[in-house]
Amino acid sequence: MNSVGEGCTELKREYDQCFNRWFAEKFLKGDRSADPCSELFLKYHTCVQKAIKEKDIPIEGVEFMGPNREKADS
Amino acid sequence: MVKYFSCAGFLKSSWDQVFLAFWQRYPNPYSNHVLTEDIIFREVTPDNCLISRRLLTKTSRAPRWAEKFLPAHMARKAYIIEDSVVDPRGRTMTTLTWNISHARVMSIEERCVYRVNPDNNSWTEIKREAWISSKLYGLSRAIQEFGLARFKSSVTKTMKGFEYVLAKMQGEMPTRTLAETATVKARETALAAKEKAKDLASQAQKKQYV
Repeated sequence: MNSVGEGCTELKREYDQCFNRWFAEKFLKGDRSADPCSELFLKYHTCVQKAIKEKDIPIEGVEFMGPNREKADS
Repeated sequence: MVKYFSCAGFLKSSWDQVFLAFWQRYPNPYSNHVLTEDIIFREVTPDNCLISRRLLTKTSRAPRWAEKFLPAHMARKAYIIEDSVVDPRGRTMTTLTWNISHARVMSIEERCVYRVNPDNNSWTEIKREAWISSKLYGLSRAIQEFGLARFKSSVTKTMKGFEYVLAKMQGEMPTRTLAETATVKARETALAAKEKAKDLASQAQKKQYV
């Protein structure tokens, strides 16, 4: 699957591979050992954030699970 | 005014397989409208839950009857955010997905809760809720009907995509499932709602010229 940043797809692939392995073999089994993918994520993340800024994608200021909160008021 | 929709379904795979497949859903034969996928935030919480934010771009397809009411240069790509919490101890996952572009035209929020199927603990149940609204003056009801119809048919695609990915992960050939029969029903419902939406839209247009 492609990244929104055209040059980030390869970095995304490397991170995804690392994450999927950790997720299946450690995280889901309750193993709390540290996530070995943080460096890969950082490289990938830096690339994507740049693309998001360039394309003006409005991701700023939205709280995690944000809209869920609003629903309680409507 | 908001249109509310809810449904429940299940996948014949265990919760851990489903949670793993969740991150490998794209691409699949039913997701041609999904253009890009990126994890833009991820963290393990102190109580060992995984929280993630995924950014998706999807093609934005407006129906013909709506095109004349929409801005001439409206973007053909929509941006969607999906937040999720995976709890491996409780064996549940909750997701919240909503569009951050085109929100005035139509806003869809979808909340899903995945958990072990209470009747068969080697299966996974998915409870899905959606809230569909539009702020476009005079057209909101028509757009909401359209949005609801399209949402229902995209739920079918989502489930088929999931089953496909799960079958691949488990080394099987993906086969036709009960979801295929559900497709026919969903399509009929979607068509009926689309017709209703068309009627509402032409009524709205007539009102404009009065």
